[in-house]
Amino acid sequence: MVEAKCEGSSLRKRVILRCQVLVSIEGFFVNLEQPTAAATPLPGSSGRRLRRGAGTALSFAVTLFLTFIGLLAITFFIGRVIPIDPVLAVVGDRATQAVYDAAKAEMGLDQPLPAQFLNYVGKVLTGDLGRSVSTGRPVIEDLSRFFPATFEMATLGILIGVALGVPLGVTAAARQGSWLDQAIRVVGLLGYSVPAFWLGLVGLAVFYARLRWVGGPGRLDIFYDGLVSPVTGMILIDSLLAGETDIFLNAVTHLVLPASVLGFFSLAYIARMTRSFMLDQLSQEFVITARVKGVPERVVIWRHAFNPIRVPLITVIGLSYAGLLEGSVMIETVFSWPGIGNYLTTALLNADMNAVLGSTLVIGAVFIVINKVSDVLYRLLDPRAR
Amino acid sequence: MSARDWLLADSPASRWQASAGRAYRVAAALMRNPLSVLGGAIILVLLLTALLAPWIAPYSATGQNLSARLLPPSAAHWMGTDELGRDIFSRVIWGSQITLTIVLLVALISAPLGLLVGAVSGYFGGWADRVLMGITDIFLSLPKLILALAFVAALGPGINNAIIAIAITSWPAYARIARAETLTIRNAEYIQAVRLAGGGPIRVIVQHILPLCTSSMIIRVTLDMAGVILTAAGLGFIGLGAQPPLPEWGAMISRGRTFILDQWWVATMPGFAIIIVSLGFCFLGDGLRDVLDPKSEGRS
Repeated sequence: MVEAKCEGSSLRKRVILRCQVLVSIEGFFVNLEQPTAAATPLPGSSGRRLRRGAGTALSFAVTLFLTFIGLLAITFFIGRVIPIDPVLAVVGDRATQAVYDAAKAEMGLDQPLPAQFLNYVGKVLTGDLGRSVSTGRPVIEDLSRFFPATFEMATLGILIGVALGVPLGVTAAARQGSWLDQAIRVVGLLGYSVPAFWLGLVGLAVFYARLRWVGGPGRLDIFYDGLVSPVTGMILIDSLLAGETDIFLNAVTHLVLPASVLGFFSLAYIARMTRSFMLDQLSQEFVITARVKGVPERVVIWRHAFNPIRVPLITVIGLSYAGLLEGSVMIETVFSWPGIGNYLTTALLNADMNAVLGSTLVIGAVFIVINKVSDVLYRLLDPRAR
Repeated sequence: MSARDWLLADSPASRWQASAGRAYRVAAALMRNPLSVLGGAIILVLLLTALLAPWIAPYSATGQNLSARLLPPSAAHWMGTDELGRDIFSRVIWGSQITLTIVLLVALISAPLGLLVGAVSGYFGGWADRVLMGITDIFLSLPKLILALAFVAALGPGINNAIIAIAITSWPAYARIARAETLTIRNAEYIQAVRLAGGGPIRVIVQHILPLCTSSMIIRVTLDMAGVILTAAGLGFIGLGAQPPLPEWGAMISRGRTFILDQWWVATMPGFAIIIVSLGFCFLGDGLRDVLDPKSEGRS
């Protein structure tokens, strides 16, 4: 996914660069303090703008729909086509022919593939993802119970990533070539080369076993477990709703380590991208103009250069958030976190295909929605595209 | 005429001299960047370790010695021993073969597949383009790791299936790149000359378009290798990749998980190997990009 983005954005960047040269010359006279506001629309009437807006909405809906169908086709393919014989997997290889045929008909596998696929799509749309073999409950019910834990962890992770990654990236760009820039570059590369599960294990060994700074695996200490009735499923919110401050604090000590590990990975990516966006801006003429005019460096960096990159940053943060949902699969296994990733890995090891495909569908759908929404936000918020 | 003059000749006399000269220039430019030299050295060490594993490794990778269980790192066991008394250093060395196999096979399956899909889609355009790129886009907008997990779950655990699953999820990025490159050169005059001379689409794509896509493909593949290593290790960690007693690094970390609180070395040591090798590919990829694709220099 990231690859597609990079490729798309390099093209987009080229367009942006070209626009900005124009804009910066214009901005020199018009409005020096707000370089983005000076970005007058390039030749184009309001009718064209409207048509483009409608076109964007339509193409958004179409691609979203097609991508979902694609996701369904892939999970269908994995579930029905790849296993040599799904019926044998259910009835066992000693079943009589009659039992086998009955099971086959019951599973709808005697119909042609396209009919089976339509059937599958219909079932998924009505929320029927089958029954999990290992928990004995409908998959959709399991997922709705496990999802909030993952959501909580990924959200805290992205907050850490944005709060640290953006300032680090800006600083690195502002002091390009300094030791700080090099250090941030190394952190960025480590984000691509450290296995998440390994970092989690090392974190547990250091901060839990040695230093005793954080709580161990799980969401709460055992004696707090089950004291708060789930409302939202997110333990931080539920414990506050119940007014249980010590449970809240305990949950924080358990959450902080896995969220920081996730945060590290989003931090690495966000810092890298922020740095390259900032370098683009800092080489622009309006920045030179502002500096020549005597605007303090802090204002040049945080207003003149930073304001225009807020829009592409939204896309980056969205992508990184989606990536965290995926990365949490590994982290949750390490921290025995009762989230969707843990559910998925347990299902994988038990060959519980309904649960595997259900989790894949849900994670995939969230991933797609975040992706497409950040793409649309980019187009809506970018003043040049308006 | 020295060898260097021959390599740097402005008007090479043969095709072979031209490509040798280009390789020399790229290598010389790479040597000027300390990080890419470091990356290259790491990859070289990985290659040598994998090739020479039987002679380098001080102990066997699978031989158990229950009287030497869970020993901390020492002069006899540089990285300590695991729960069955196996020397972790030797296992890491043997594991380099597995990592290298995975990386090479994934690259050999997914890069040509991506190249072909991208080149066909870019060259023919129209419906072929729309269908192929539609499929590519769908794959690109799905989470890679989850897809790989689901594929392995259906195919059954094991190192071969892990390789297939990773390759299935990594070709779309290459298809995108190959398509973009093909679009820029498809209407070039020399392509039209080949067509006028009667060259069919297969000949044009294979002989005249694909060679021009390779440099951006090499950059991309090198940069992606770190991700492939991490995914393979992740599959091994979950228990879906290489199966015991194979000394795969991710699977080794997974075994060491139980002892992480008291015998930290069992899980941490293979992790260092993963980090160093992945960093090596990142460094080399960054360096290659700066040399082969100067447009994007300093972007990251």
